[in-house]
Amino acid sequence: MGLLLSIKKKFSFILRLFFKKDKMRIGIYGPPNAGKTTLANRILRDWTGDVIGVESEIPHETRRAKLREGVKIEVDGKTLTIDIVDTPGIATKIDFHDFLKYGMSEEEAKRRAKEATEGVIEAIKWLDDLDGILLVMDSTEDPYTQVNVTIVGNIEARGLPLLIVANKIDLPNASPARIKSAFPQHTVVPISALKGINIENLYRAMAEKFG
Amino acid sequence: MEGVQLSLISKERLEKMASMEKLRMILDSVKEGKIVVLESGLTPEEEAKLIEMTMLEIDHENFVGIEVESYPYKEGFFSKLFGKKKGRLTVIGPANRLKTLEKKEDLITALVKIGD
Ligand SMILES: Nc1nc2c(ncn2[C@@H]2O[C@H](COP(=O)(O)OP(=O)(O)O)[C@@H](O)[C@H]2O)c(=O)[nH]1
Ligand SMILES: [Mg+2]
Repeated sequence: MGLLLSIKKKFSFILRLFFKKDKMRIGIYGPPNAGKTTLANRILRDWTGDVIGVESEIPHETRRAKLREGVKIEVDGKTLTIDIVDTPGIATKIDFHDFLKYGMSEEEAKRRAKEATEGVIEAIKWLDDLDGILLVMDSTEDPYTQVNVTIVGNIEARGLPLLIVANKIDLPNASPARIKSAFPQHTVVPISALKGINIENLYRAMAEKFG
Repeated sequence: MEGVQLSLISKERLEKMASMEKLRMILDSVKEGKIVVLESGLTPEEEAKLIEMTMLEIDHENFVGIEVESYPYKEGFFSKLFGKKKGRLTVIGPANRLKTLEKKEDLITALVKIGD
């Protein structure tokens, strides 16, 4: 990374200590299929009435970052206004063969894989234009993956406020405790984006962390 | 003798290399089917850059991406304010050859596929 950029980042980290922006731009990050779009849609449905994108069991459904501006969230008499960016899932590998089992043709699968690689780059680039992160993990899966570690490392290096969302707690084998023990230095909020379980806790944590 | 080539790169050698030089060397080796072990790993920014470069070079034929495993960065108060975080022991290989079996805070177990 360029020296200038790293100075800029350090500087903006220090600036953030003294000034709160009036509008925060919050990115929703995580590996494919963690439930990022489901969470973005849940937040928008609760506070604006519309949705941002398509939720799907097929990985890499979201292949372009989507931005929704001016979402007003009200908790305990406080109002938090945020822009929400739903990002494509970050991965270190994308094999088009993985899409064939969903009944896609080879051509379709290759196109999806190509778009997915572009989506990963877009998600990483967005990190430089955000004021806070919701990092979504699937509580039924091992949280201690390289993708999660790399995302957390980059958020920490940029000094961005971070909430880890332990999603899918409606499923029987969910273990948000495993996420907490993998990332003990961060706040972990267990929810089900699909069922809306504990979503009030997340709004409260967001108001505290980003407000 | 047939097998998979392992490159174990020392901390001293890594410290002499510029970021891009390091990342290029890693990616070129991995694309040739080699497994690269770095005594001192990459910074979070370098790891993100490596993922970006990997995405650009996936060809949907021979190269489908990488598998990376490392231990989390250690940091103290001063490294947070002033210093760069140092990566730790890291292994990187082609995704179709290297598979992580288990990853814990202090133990990584992986499987290397030979031939194909
Ligand atoms: N059981 C359960 N499934 C969920 C939850 N959130 C998302 N999903 C499902 O997980 C899959 C991936 O969701 P999506 O939002 O597209 O994931 P994304 O790739 O991270 O954007 C879809 O089939 C969702 O219905 C949840 O809280 N509980
Ligand atoms: Mg999505």
